[in-house]
Amino acid sequence: MISWPNLVSQLFNGLALGALLALISSGLTIIYGTLGVLNLAHGAMFMIGGYAGFVAYQYTESFILAVIAGSLFVMLLGVLMERVIIRHFYHRPHEDQLLVTFGLGICFVELVRLAFSSQSQLVPPPALFQGITNLGFMFYPTYRLAVVGIVAVALGALFIVLYRTRLGMIVRAGIEDSVMVDSLGINVYRVFMVVFGIGAMAAGFAGIVNAPVVSLTPGIGDDILVQTFVVVVIGGVGSFPGAILGGLIAGEIISVTSMFNPGYAYVMLFAAMTLVLVVRPHGLLGVQGRE
Amino acid sequence: MTDDLIRRGLSRRGLLQTTAGLIGGSVLPAMPAFAEDKPIGSYPAGVSGSTAFIGISVPRTGTYAVQGEDELKGYQLAIEHINSGHELIKKISPKTSKGVLGKELKFGVADSAAKPNEAVQAQQRFISENKAIMITGGTSSAVAVALNKLAQREKVIFVCGISGSNDTTGKDCVRYGFRQNFFGQTAAAAIGPVMVKEFGKGKKAAYLTPDYTYGHTVTKSMQDFLATAGWTTVTNQVAPLGAPDYSSYLLNVANSGADVLINVNWGHDAVLSTQQAKQFGVLDKMKLVVPYQVPFIARETGGLMQGVYAATDYWWTIEDKFPLAKMFNEAFEKKYGYKPEWGAENAYVSFAHWARMCEQAGSFNPPDVIKAYEKGETIPSLVGDVHYRPEDHQCIRPVLIVKGKQQKDMKNKEDWYDVVEIVPGEGLMQKPDAFGCHPGDYS
Repeated sequence: MISWPNLVSQLFNGLALGALLALISSGLTIIYGTLGVLNLAHGAMFMIGGYAGFVAYQYTESFILAVIAGSLFVMLLGVLMERVIIRHFYHRPHEDQLLVTFGLGICFVELVRLAFSSQSQLVPPPALFQGITNLGFMFYPTYRLAVVGIVAVALGALFIVLYRTRLGMIVRAGIEDSVMVDSLGINVYRVFMVVFGIGAMAAGFAGIVNAPVVSLTPGIGDDILVQTFVVVVIGGVGSFPGAILGGLIAGEIISVTSMFNPGYAYVMLFAAMTLVLVVRPHGLLGVQGRE
Repeated sequence: MTDDLIRRGLSRRGLLQTTAGLIGGSVLPAMPAFAEDKPIGSYPAGVSGSTAFIGISVPRTGTYAVQGEDELKGYQLAIEHINSGHELIKKISPKTSKGVLGKELKFGVADSAAKPNEAVQAQQRFISENKAIMITGGTSSAVAVALNKLAQREKVIFVCGISGSNDTTGKDCVRYGFRQNFFGQTAAAAIGPVMVKEFGKGKKAAYLTPDYTYGHTVTKSMQDFLATAGWTTVTNQVAPLGAPDYSSYLLNVANSGADVLINVNWGHDAVLSTQQAKQFGVLDKMKLVVPYQVPFIARETGGLMQGVYAATDYWWTIEDKFPLAKMFNEAFEKKYGYKPEWGAENAYVSFAHWARMCEQAGSFNPPDVIKAYEKGETIPSLVGDVHYRPEDHQCIRPVLIVKGKQQKDMKNKEDWYDVVEIVPGEGLMQKPDAFGCHPGDYS
């Protein structure tokens, strides 16, 4: 049953899943690291990205336009959410933030269900990436191969924004000490709005990019949210490289365990998370002392 | 009567009640005698006014949400038809005029999310607060089995919604539960011969199985049946309900060397796993069979069911053969704007049968209604005449074998399947005690 082609194909599958989890988690971790908000609506953002892209695809039949529309819509939603609601919760206890974002997530899911029903919706992959590719040692869906590349580019772009631009410098400084950044005359709250928008956009982008892999349903973000939190905890809360490392580890754990006994995939994932927390309480790449 | 009086003590109130009962019994012979009317479950409290309440729990979220909504539409249409004395209801329950026994039906709906604990909590509330006289729910056999137990404990009749596990009217059967739709073993017995005829003997099968009572019993039933034709199982991939991604399971299937993929998944799980099977090239390597067809799977997978065999309760095109099916399709489409699938059919017929049994019993008193079912008389349904077995409360009904149409052959956008065969229920289902059914007491 366990053959080399099967093992290699499962490892590859883990890479594809891990890349996706890394992208979604990076959005979550940027928002938490900068604003200190644990956004439980992040899974719903992922789902809305898929649906917004689906609507755009219906009108344009262009996958690229669907990706752009899905990402921008969720970014705008994120900005709106931050301006109207989240900003009032920055200085409130964490449990208040958790409850309000959780509630928002439920509202988003139900609104989408109202508009689109529970029946699943299909977004086909772009013609260029349809079909199956023979990698020599295995066959693999071409679009899933493309997803690894697309996500890698997106993560690279996020890296450049965070580590090579003035905005990124302010964001990273804000993560370390927002009071100091504020006292330097930089409008931290405007930066916060942009950060929330970028974090949400990462989830929305992942949602529409992932849409051809799964069929869209309103509840699609629920499982992803749980996995994403595990990824963030493994990688280190607030750490961008940690999100990428955690995503890849989580993807491989789920995939390789599935080869032996799929029922234990999540058990192993949580076991790994517990192990990491015991050995390194702040996650693999987390910074000790950060609140 | 005297014994009853002595047991309850010779109180003034008891004496008055008894006297009133005796007078009533002599003056109005058609009314049930007082002794038979002693409270049981929510009876008679639930029907003391002009209405009777039904508790409905269907999944409106989660992997079975689409099927749950369809089922709910069937229940709502049945209640509307019963309350208005619709012509179709009269065909199934001739004594129905308006409401059941003159009582207007009211109902409450709860989202079970296909989780047994949520369904039980909701139904417990409907029974205690609304005095529900009948409860229903399903679309997950785990829910159906849990509600079976609740119904028996609370002595309230449970008309099962969709449930495909052998256990529902097998080892987990109860006196207070009734199931109209067919189940795993029936599906295997109906579709198995078609598969052997189509694909040959001695084939290798891979299974995708959801990890709960429905999945395990359907897979076991298929394996048992196909073993008689020399088929072997090369892999059985067991996934949790609502798995977000099937790629790992499908990689195992793709590398298994199977000739046929038997997808036992249901609801959105079936849709997603079938779509991903296509993505991984599994459907190019092996044939797909869905032994227990899922409502809406053809439209949700965008045509991946073309050429695929499936067993089902109902497909709308049988209206050419069955006039009641035609009436149902027309009423349903007029109200909801699409052709009904089998979740709605199952829901509608189950309620219509319950209404008939109450009218036959002349009472909502649960033991009387149960005994009306247990007469096992032949009654109409949308797929011809059927009957309920007294031993396990399973409806003996035909199973439809359908085959997905090629797109070029579809006459309209809802013409997804050809009905290949309508297999009569008799001889298809196991003996009543084959799965260890021992229903409990009447009271």
